[in-house]
Amino acid sequence: MANESNIENRVDQPTGTEFVGHEWDGIEELDTPLPRWWLWTFYATIVWAIGYVVAYPAWPMIDRATEGVIGWTSRGQLAEEISVANKAREGLLEQIAATDTALLADDPQLMQQAVAGGAAAFKVNCVQCHGAGAAGSPGYPNLNDDEWLWGGDLESIELTLQHGVRWDGSEQTRFSLMPGFGEIFTTEEINALAGHVLSFTDRSESSATGVQLYADNCLSCHGQSGEGSRDQGAPALNDAIWLYGSSETAIRGQIRAPSHGVMPGWKDRLDPATIKMLAAYVHSLGGGETLAQQAEEPAEAADEQP
Amino acid sequence: MSTEPTQATSRHQKLERNITLMAIATLITVSIGGIVQIAPLFYLDNTIEKVDGMRPYTPLEQAGRDIYVREGCYTCHSQMIRPFRDEVERYGPYSLAAESMYDHPFQWGSKRTGPDLARVGDRYSDEWHVQHLKDPQSVVPESIMPQYSFLAETDLKVADPAGMLTALRRVGVPYTDRDIEMAEADLAAQADPFSSREDLEERYPKTQVRDFDGDPDRLTEMDALVAYLQMLGTLVDVKSAAAQQELAEETGR
Repeated sequence: MANESNIENRVDQPTGTEFVGHEWDGIEELDTPLPRWWLWTFYATIVWAIGYVVAYPAWPMIDRATEGVIGWTSRGQLAEEISVANKAREGLLEQIAATDTALLADDPQLMQQAVAGGAAAFKVNCVQCHGAGAAGSPGYPNLNDDEWLWGGDLESIELTLQHGVRWDGSEQTRFSLMPGFGEIFTTEEINALAGHVLSFTDRSESSATGVQLYADNCLSCHGQSGEGSRDQGAPALNDAIWLYGSSETAIRGQIRAPSHGVMPGWKDRLDPATIKMLAAYVHSLGGGETLAQQAEEPAEAADEQP
Repeated sequence: MSTEPTQATSRHQKLERNITLMAIATLITVSIGGIVQIAPLFYLDNTIEKVDGMRPYTPLEQAGRDIYVREGCYTCHSQMIRPFRDEVERYGPYSLAAESMYDHPFQWGSKRTGPDLARVGDRYSDEWHVQHLKDPQSVVPESIMPQYSFLAETDLKVADPAGMLTALRRVGVPYTDRDIEMAEADLAAQADPFSSREDLEERYPKTQVRDFDGDPDRLTEMDALVAYLQMLGTLVDVKSAAAQQELAEETGR
């Protein structure tokens, strides 16, 4: 670089800008100053960074990072947001928690709010099995109808929600276990039994074998005419609602090797008020019963469409 | 007018013209950035905190985890609940660093097409998981998840369970000699409801022992995957009020 010695003074004539002094094969670099707006923005970010480092957790030290003078933490912020949200509905939640479940329906306004809260919680926790409209699917009961395996009053629904069905996590879980008859009965016997079960709804002719087998093996839980028993969680067989399918094949399959669905209990996951609101919501879907009603008409047959 | 180049200019020119020197200087500069960001994660207390309840995966869970990785579940499902109200209300308490301490590789994910799975364990029944994996649309009609029914038809084949655990031990998972010795037996025992479970439960607390896929006669990939899903997020008791309070008050994070 022959001209390095006099770079200080050389000015590019057309632009009036000084040369830097770098030169490659005759191409030279100008020392064009940075735009002011850019430079000041850059300085501003440096000032901002200093402020940020002082205010927020930043520098890693020996065993923890600097805490920052305003004491912010992501978890602390979350705890605050949640407590604010809880405060906003505190009155309602407390009122619901304090109200005896059976009496919830006596206060229509509170019940209405509980149903709304339950609808929200249902969308988060229940729709995966029971469906968005609570209509269920094979193996997952429809909650809109008035057939209940374990009772459809507010308290029974709440108990099912708390402790689940056949759930390992609670001693009080709803538990029923129909034995499988696949290795006990012959195919003819199972067919006869299925025929008798279908005869409750006039979909098939009963037979002497069917009647006998039903009386010996099924009657104690499912009842004389297939009305079921809520004390034992035995489903009614005399209506159009079938948890695992209404076809003759499906019924034979259930006799042979019954499916035993599991519902997790929610007592450890959700707070009592939310469970109560969920009970209120499920109760409100169409099949909700009152205790008195249940006493008057035990396990009333539901004959409408599923 | 004969000003010599200043000393700084000449050093600068030397650096610019010597490629080896330039490469070394670049490496040093980039390393500083890396060290400042990464190194503290290896020694700061709250990034390496141990929490009660964490244990290595059982061989069956680990096999299920391998299937989870093989099928690319992580491309749609994250396993990282962030400390935001919307996530905590939907998925449960936020994830702790220690909860993925035995994950190689971790499954935090970076995208959620499906929901977060960090605390999916114990949330649904085994039956639901099996049905949902076979045909997700049968339980969630709007789901776009692919169907994995072949898992229930494929026998679980783990070429070398002891080797799997040994490899993990080499990268820091504290499997004992007995765990490794028993790996193959443990693999089958966890999915067998009639196995003697004391030994397994003692070495792996909170292990869920049962038939997971609804077919007790076979050990399938479905067993392994459901066993893995059902334990996710169940080991550490993060829900107690005391634990939550303590975490919320921790500073310097």
